[in-house]
Amino acid sequence: MSGANRIAGAGRLTPARTARFTFDGRTLTALEGDTVASALLANGIHLVGRSFKYHRPRGILSAGAEEPNALLDVSRDAARRQPNVRATVQEVFDGMKVESQNRWPSLAFDVGGFNDLLSPFFAAGFYYKTFMWPKAAWHAIYEPFIRRAAGLGVAPTEADPDHYASRYAHCDVLVIGAGAAGLSAALAAAKAGAKVILCDEQPEVGGALRYERGTTIDGKEGWDWAQAAARTLAAMDNVTVLTRTTGFGYYNHNFVGLVERVTDHLPALDKALPRERLWQVRAKKVILANGSIERHMVFANNDRPGIMLASAGRTYLNHYGVAVGSKVGVYTAHDSAYEAAFDLKRAGVAVPAIVDCRDNPGEAVLAEARRLGIEVLTGHSVVNAGGKLRVSSISVARNGGGSARKIAVDALLVSSGWTPSVHLFSQSRGKVKFDAATQRFLPGTYLQDCLSIGACNGTDDLQATIDEALAAGELTARAAGAEGGAQVTLHGENAFSWTGGMIGAAEGAGPDTTVKAFIDFQHDVCAKDIRLAVREGMHSIEHIKRFTTNGMASDQGKLSNMHGLAIAAETLGKDIPQVGLTTFRQPYTPVTFGAIVNHSRGSLFDPARKTPIHAWEEAHGAEFEDVGNWKRAWFYPKAGEGMHEAVGRECKTVREVAGLFDASTLGKIEVVGPDAAAFLNLMYTNAWDTLKPGRCRYGIMLRDDGFVYDDGVVGRLAEDRFHVTTTTGGAPRVMNHMEDYLQTEFPHLKVWLTSTTEQWAVIAVQGPKAREIIAPLVEGIDLSNEAFPHMSVAEGKICGVPTRLFRMSFTGELGFEVNVPADYGQAVWEAIWERAEPMGACAYGTETMHVLRAEKGYIIVGQDTDGTLTPDDAALSWAVSKKKADFVGIRGLKRPDLVKDGRKQLVGLLTKDPKVVLEEGAQIVADPNQPKPMTMLGHVTSSYWSENCGRSIALAVVAGGRARLGQTLYVPMADRTIAVEVSDMVFFDKEGGRLHG
Amino acid sequence: MLLIYCPYCEEERSELEFRNAGDAHIVRPANIAEISDEEFEEFFFLRQNPKGLIFERWRHIHGCGRFFNAARDTVSDRFYTTYKAGEPKPDVAAILKGEQDKGAAR
Repeated sequence: MSGANRIAGAGRLTPARTARFTFDGRTLTALEGDTVASALLANGIHLVGRSFKYHRPRGILSAGAEEPNALLDVSRDAARRQPNVRATVQEVFDGMKVESQNRWPSLAFDVGGFNDLLSPFFAAGFYYKTFMWPKAAWHAIYEPFIRRAAGLGVAPTEADPDHYASRYAHCDVLVIGAGAAGLSAALAAAKAGAKVILCDEQPEVGGALRYERGTTIDGKEGWDWAQAAARTLAAMDNVTVLTRTTGFGYYNHNFVGLVERVTDHLPALDKALPRERLWQVRAKKVILANGSIERHMVFANNDRPGIMLASAGRTYLNHYGVAVGSKVGVYTAHDSAYEAAFDLKRAGVAVPAIVDCRDNPGEAVLAEARRLGIEVLTGHSVVNAGGKLRVSSISVARNGGGSARKIAVDALLVSSGWTPSVHLFSQSRGKVKFDAATQRFLPGTYLQDCLSIGACNGTDDLQATIDEALAAGELTARAAGAEGGAQVTLHGENAFSWTGGMIGAAEGAGPDTTVKAFIDFQHDVCAKDIRLAVREGMHSIEHIKRFTTNGMASDQGKLSNMHGLAIAAETLGKDIPQVGLTTFRQPYTPVTFGAIVNHSRGSLFDPARKTPIHAWEEAHGAEFEDVGNWKRAWFYPKAGEGMHEAVGRECKTVREVAGLFDASTLGKIEVVGPDAAAFLNLMYTNAWDTLKPGRCRYGIMLRDDGFVYDDGVVGRLAEDRFHVTTTTGGAPRVMNHMEDYLQTEFPHLKVWLTSTTEQWAVIAVQGPKAREIIAPLVEGIDLSNEAFPHMSVAEGKICGVPTRLFRMSFTGELGFEVNVPADYGQAVWEAIWERAEPMGACAYGTETMHVLRAEKGYIIVGQDTDGTLTPDDAALSWAVSKKKADFVGIRGLKRPDLVKDGRKQLVGLLTKDPKVVLEEGAQIVADPNQPKPMTMLGHVTSSYWSENCGRSIALAVVAGGRARLGQTLYVPMADRTIAVEVSDMVFFDKEGGRLHG
Repeated sequence: MLLIYCPYCEEERSELEFRNAGDAHIVRPANIAEISDEEFEEFFFLRQNPKGLIFERWRHIHGCGRFFNAARDTVSDRFYTTYKAGEPKPDVAAILKGEQDKGAAR
């Protein structure tokens, strides 16, 4: 037997097909197709969790995605455990393990329930007040307490072993929601020839037809018609039907995110299938058929387990064959709940009473109630609910006062009416408007190309819904360009036409009361909390929401928003539209990180760029550092060496013998055309028309505001051809910057730009023996000082392959940079290494490169500059042409702030104690004994131990720095103050003779 | 995610392929070295950030690589039109009227 409360003959599940699962260690039997909620109810279990704040016992409230209470921890195995799963959505599979949350030591006896007794101290906004004082208690007491108490589930600790899929899709018409409206619209659009995607969050289509009885469409029972319609659609080539697929986000230009749950309901895991599939759909037209969500009644202790929405009670009976109790009361302000009572009564369940707070319900439902012998108390309200772990009674009183009558129940179905689901419409940034007659927000002004139909559009009658849907389907299909096929007509009938509804607190939970009448179950917000918020001065609904946290839980207030709004409006003495609705935001229901992150994890999270010489570096023991996406060799430790020793050795070796450095990551741009020199004249501060072919120049690039943007060496290969290098990190933005000016400001120049960063491998050979190392390998280039001096470039061959050979240096030594086509990079490197190693040369990494260039005072843009330094601040005035009429930044450089005295300038710093290495980023002051906050003069930008200088060296920006040469300044640190002397920026070979060796 | 019509490729493509490049029709003065501080401030720093119609630049950076201009509504994110760099600024009144007519037709 799959649960004592399963009613023979009721529902649509097959009794023979069972599945076993555990709930808090107890083994239970379910039927295939059950949700966790329906299976628990079938086994008589209503109590499934404890509430967030007061730890009150909570049961299953709904039968759908709106569920605020029944959040459970569901696992397949140790790694596949997920907290906060809605029991009303998750389907049961054989072997599933389910645990309740937020309770200790057990669900029935929970120590945290103490909070309920203390609730006077936990009023709305208590976090903001209680934890303000004393200040010191925040870190010690309050924060740890809140952190322990906050959150419902426990996050899994193991890595997610599943994979997720992602698909982009395009269609003419996307229909979200496959109830009567969505199916009708999809049929009309599909028959008109449009490419249609239809999705629904449920395992099967049908929407409200899942619980409704007495509804016929096309002469068939509603549910049967829906399944047949889905089969018709699925068989059409131009239609994709997606079930278990939630349209969670409506983004710009009809871009809609859907998430399809592929395997979470399967007992045996198919490794070939993704757990979930993210669909990113671009639709020409979107049809929103999102239905409506039933609201609960707001009365004292309305959160007792066993109290649930009337439509949920019907769903459990009519779809799952489960009676939610044996004595089921109904408390309503809407005719639709009567039908729940009728269905239960006909199934043989006792219905002690229908309590209707209205005086005049619909005649038809009253007549049917009489016929079935159900007592109806109109003009009455439920003023309290008894029972602790499960509702045991309701106290019913005539509206306006009088003594209460106690009625024994073991379940209570409630309805205060229906809230149209305008979530996706609102996400599309359409504006809702309040319909005063029916007291609900409906789609008003549309901003995107979509249409709302059916219940979410406020259309109540079935035939009207179908007509609206068919018209919308055909209209959108035609507008999207479909022009074939037949028109569709459908006829639908309801058993009853529904009227009624209320929003806000019911009788007995009004402003004069202090009862716990919950509006937001997930965040434990009561009617009185909204009133308190208003009394404390929150008059905007956005403030009320944040003060009370109403609607801020993971259910986003699907049940609570309207109640909260109505109570706020009443308290403020305003109309509902004047108070306004909070904005709905994506996602409609929680989406797993797995679906969003999708393939972008592990090695696919952020691609690593590797140079052509990477494999050699790896094989030779290099440690790597990340520079942008590049993996760069950082240093090459020998056995027993740490970073300090390795870098010290590499630095010494380069200056004494030579070193090889992989500079392939340098940005490279080929600038070609008759106006190439004129273009570079505009892009760089230097003059380029004076540069002769075969020569190089160091160039500074500014933005128009006058600040240094990038730098690099540019070689002129021919009159009309330049080889531009950029910083490693700056390559893409420099290319974009150049393209921007070329295309939009200087389009008259005949120039073509090509990024060649990845086409050239670059091997820097630096040091006194550099020439000796490469000379025998080079063909066609005279490497002598006379023929090929410092800052030269030539094309020739090395090791038999074409090279652009630069004589240049970022170390201050005699140096070459060998550019070869990337595919030859490693082979040429190995050939050079074969000559270099026996001479005592080394391979060096980026750390040594940094130290060597700092010893020479060569700056690194982005490290020694920060976007607020001018060339003059960086001691690079010499590179700014005084003769040019224009270059980018020429005017910015003259701005008053950029020419005034006292700007921060780049200087060298020498610690008084040569052994002390400063911390990069450390602040610099003139007087370490001044009161705090101190006047800070600047900060350290680069700092290293220099083996070649036998001491520490540093670069820093200091206000008025160049006028302070020789001054003593101070770097206050947490544990000590370091005295430094301001120096020039060149620490090694001040005359620069080594460059020309 | 926006859907943007590239006037060079003559196709609507996803926003992923594009990069916004700030306000359009801000001309770098030919005599920029001579302009006053106030003129430079106006050219380089001051922008309107309008609610509603904006003329802005985009680059089809992962497509043809071209910069072009667009008229977009900053509230609805609707693109009224896109056009090639260097083409004159479209008539605002005509664009808005066209939108109204389209709205009425819907």
